[in-house]
Amino acid sequence: MTQLALVIDLNVCVGCHACVTSCKQWNTSGAAGPLFDDNPFTKDPTGTFFNRVQTYEIGNFPHTETLHFPKSCLHCEDSPCVPVCPTGASYKREQDGIVLVDYDKCIGCKYCSWACPYGAREFDEQDKVMRKCTLCVDRLYDETLPEAERKPACVLACPTNARLYGDVHDPESEVSIAIREEGGYQLMPEWGTKPANHYLPRRKTKVHIHEDELVRVDNPLKKEDIRHETSTEVTLDDWLM
Amino acid sequence: MHPAFSVIFLTTLIGTGQGLFLALFSGQTYSAVNLLPAQHSSFYITGSLLALILLIGGLMASFFHLGHPERAWRAASQWRTSWLSREVIALPIVMGLVFFYGVFHWINWEVDLFGNQLPGQVTLIIGAMASVAVFLLYLCTGMIYASIKFLQEWATSLTVINYLLFGGASGFTMATAIAAYNAPTLVGFYGSWAIILTLAGLVTRTVSLYRNANIKAVSTVQTAIGIRHTQVQQKAMGMMGGSYNTREYFHGKTAAFLKSIKYIFLVLVFPLPIMLIVAGMKADSSLLLMLAFVVQFVGLMFERWFFFAQANHPQNLYYQTI
Repeated sequence: MTQLALVIDLNVCVGCHACVTSCKQWNTSGAAGPLFDDNPFTKDPTGTFFNRVQTYEIGNFPHTETLHFPKSCLHCEDSPCVPVCPTGASYKREQDGIVLVDYDKCIGCKYCSWACPYGAREFDEQDKVMRKCTLCVDRLYDETLPEAERKPACVLACPTNARLYGDVHDPESEVSIAIREEGGYQLMPEWGTKPANHYLPRRKTKVHIHEDELVRVDNPLKKEDIRHETSTEVTLDDWLM
Repeated sequence: MHPAFSVIFLTTLIGTGQGLFLALFSGQTYSAVNLLPAQHSSFYITGSLLALILLIGGLMASFFHLGHPERAWRAASQWRTSWLSREVIALPIVMGLVFFYGVFHWINWEVDLFGNQLPGQVTLIIGAMASVAVFLLYLCTGMIYASIKFLQEWATSLTVINYLLFGGASGFTMATAIAAYNAPTLVGFYGSWAIILTLAGLVTRTVSLYRNANIKAVSTVQTAIGIRHTQVQQKAMGMMGGSYNTREYFHGKTAAFLKSIKYIFLVLVFPLPIMLIVAGMKADSSLLLMLAFVVQFVGLMFERWFFFAQANHPQNLYYQTI
């Protein structure tokens, strides 16, 4: 069974918010209608987004590290938001594991958003329905797009390639290899939601240089320096000269 | 969580309506076995009408919670998995049965089904069915909250028990006040049960308050972002103007405000109504009994506000600073 998901590499995310803006741009122009902004140009601007980049500081100053943390729907394999929906508007697709909301069935009771421990769902104040990341399902299978562009908008926008996209159930996919080899992990594993999206941790890249590698022990030039005591006796050379 | 007034009204109104119906039916069953004097059908008609008004009021309030109330009928479809859907089914069933309970008292249709000349057998059967539905509705209402496992303040059987006992207490208090007007012989029965249920509610709510005060959060900012370091501080939440995530999951009040609401409901729900019921029964004053109900009902709205506000959603870990 396919489970499409994102793998976000926190080691290379620079917190530029390109994924946020490209997500908003694509999804506000899609078939489901605009993602509304409320009071965008006045006091207390707010609006609906599927993706946010947050920033955390780890450690005590001056020994700190800045972590930029993109956060969107994790498309959980055991998604708690789906069974609580009273209308069946919230559902998980059999064919690719994407969790979606049928905006025509949603009654806007907000119960699914209570049942998501990650706060991945946002209620649209103007459409009065619950909205969430669709993993750009309207791009993934669109044959009018060039094949290279059949990916979520955020993945295409990321300038540092911090966002990988693929099937986490296929052990040979790019995302599965990244999870396996780079220590990919899930958020809040304690609730058993089994998020499909994974995060790759911060990794220190260090070059380890041993002293031996700087000073050659078997340096032939050094070998020539090993000079033996010269003989005071007459040698063949002396005799010939 | 952010307490929504629609849900506060929904849960308090239907809880009281259900409790009032249970009071009516227990009064009728007791009188059927001659433990209490039989009442004129007008008492049951008035009572079930009031219970129905409360249930309809709750239903109306719930519509204000919905973004698309015109699609509310769809909410009955997912009863296999969703407690909310089950409540959506149970509520109209309760309303229908309470309606027919009142109607059959009104038309006074006597059929000797048990063959023992017992009066009101049709209403006893409808009432028994309605009582089962009422208990199921309490279960659904409580489980809507208790089934969300990561809202640790709610994820306990105490949530269901509290909904049952609070609904029962306010319903019996209301029944006491109604009885004082047109069934004076039942005042003692309803009054004592109202006090017993209120005291039982005091015990279970105190236990749940104690439990919630000592909850250890399962999720931390470390598990939320997966960074194993003791010092993690959020510096930005990704937006400056706030969002649904900053509005829906936090009550937006100070800890002192929350605490004061707790003390207000602890006074309004428990000691004050009990004193008023005792005084009302002693002085034979229907006004004091009515006041007892009003005070307790207002107290329950404070209790419900506190119930919602106290629940700390783990998503708040992602929204700690602008």
